[in-house]
Amino acid sequence: MPISLPLRIRSRLPLMLAALFGLALAGCGVNTVPTLEEAAKAKWADVQNQYQRRADLIPNLVETVKGFAAQEREVLTAVVEARAKASSVKVDASTITDPAKFKEYQDAQSQLGGAIGRLLVTVERYPELKSNANFLALQSQLEGTENRVAVSRRDYIQAVQAFNTEIRTFPGVIWARLFWGAKAMETFAATAGAERPPAVKF
Amino acid sequence: MAVAIRTKRREPSPGGGGVLPRLSLLFLIIVGSFALAQPAYPPLTGRVTDGANLIGAEARQRIEGKLKAHEDKTTDQIVVATVPSLQGVGVEDFANGLFRFWTLGDGAKNNGVLLLVAPAERKVRIEVGYGLEGALTDALSKVIITTAVAPRFKAGDFAGGVEAGVDAILTILTGDADEWQRRAVVRDDESSTMETVAVIVMMLMIIFLVFGAIRAAGRPGPGRRHRTRDGRWITLPASTSSGWSTGSSGGSWSSGSSSGGFSGGGGSSGGGGASGDW
Repeated sequence: MPISLPLRIRSRLPLMLAALFGLALAGCGVNTVPTLEEAAKAKWADVQNQYQRRADLIPNLVETVKGFAAQEREVLTAVVEARAKASSVKVDASTITDPAKFKEYQDAQSQLGGAIGRLLVTVERYPELKSNANFLALQSQLEGTENRVAVSRRDYIQAVQAFNTEIRTFPGVIWARLFWGAKAMETFAATAGAERPPAVKF
Repeated sequence: MAVAIRTKRREPSPGGGGVLPRLSLLFLIIVGSFALAQPAYPPLTGRVTDGANLIGAEARQRIEGKLKAHEDKTTDQIVVATVPSLQGVGVEDFANGLFRFWTLGDGAKNNGVLLLVAPAERKVRIEVGYGLEGALTDALSKVIITTAVAPRFKAGDFAGGVEAGVDAILTILTGDADEWQRRAVVRDDESSTMETVAVIVMMLMIIFLVFGAIRAAGRPGPGRRHRTRDGRWITLPASTSSGWSTGSSGGSWSSGSSSGGFSGGGGSSGGGGASGDW
């Protein structure tokens, strides 16, 4: 034994070192990577929630419009089909780190958004429908949901930006590679406003 | 089938050299940070923050009194804001940004409501915090705007429109059935992220302590014997862990009613509510 420490201290050395090591690690931001990852995942769950909420509104919307404008079959079936397609896209944990899967999801959702937008434009030709209380309520719900989608997408973009920056810059890149094996997340390409259904007035 | 073909066809373009996707991501971040540039939000000066000077002193005091009475009873924080300009931002984005800037509502309950009036753009919006979305729904918000607020604004009666809107919001929020429904769906983001952090920290602690103990126990020599005889080695991790408690107390709820100062309670909104024009 080259270093002579009191027996009591030497015997506790491994434990103290372990505790110190843990403390130092936490201080260096090793927890920042999973914290930001979880935050981004939570925001992603929010985005999915809002898209789901929109999809849930559609059957009711289609039924209401059918009651007044059954002859607009083409536009109505386009909405129904786009909804079926959007809900058939499988979403799992790897969706946000896989560019192809992410694009598939985003394309399906924006297609549905476009179909809803066309339906709302068509509806402008039916004054009776436009003054129907049920339709007005549905329309405001749809507007609110589109706004929530926009907000949740913006929050997600910000969370992913924080996470991707963390795993590419200095202390974080070490922990991300050595410790967590974190992969960069995908983010939405279009601006939040571009997905909103067009507001047309006559 | 169609989906599979589409993704296959698109794959070669981003996967080209490896530099391109990184570059495009960098570009996205830059563009994104410009797009997310926030307008200059006014400070929160009271329950009626009348930046556009639309509401007279008397009406203002009456409205503030109603809002304060409701807040004292239910902790729901309702604020009226008028702004001279939306600074080129959409009324939805401006209302959401302002709501979050002021952090209206309690941090855990997110029970804030913002009634925003922009006379220059002729836009009005009711922005509802997460916790009240179940009671003050989008459809109800729209009805309030189109029936109570917009007609009075059209006639130039801003104080009357705001007061009618506030009355309608308060009526809906004090409805008994809604009250119970809403308490059930209160949304709480903050504790869940705090819990995740705490769990990760705890797990790391345990892993390191167990590793250290195993290694120390497996090593023969005077150290181990001494420790077992001592019997106090368990106290060591306990004493170090005492300094580890993560600050779990969230933003404290401050309504500041007596001092006259007024501030948000840490609440947030996810874009619930409705907007309209006149």
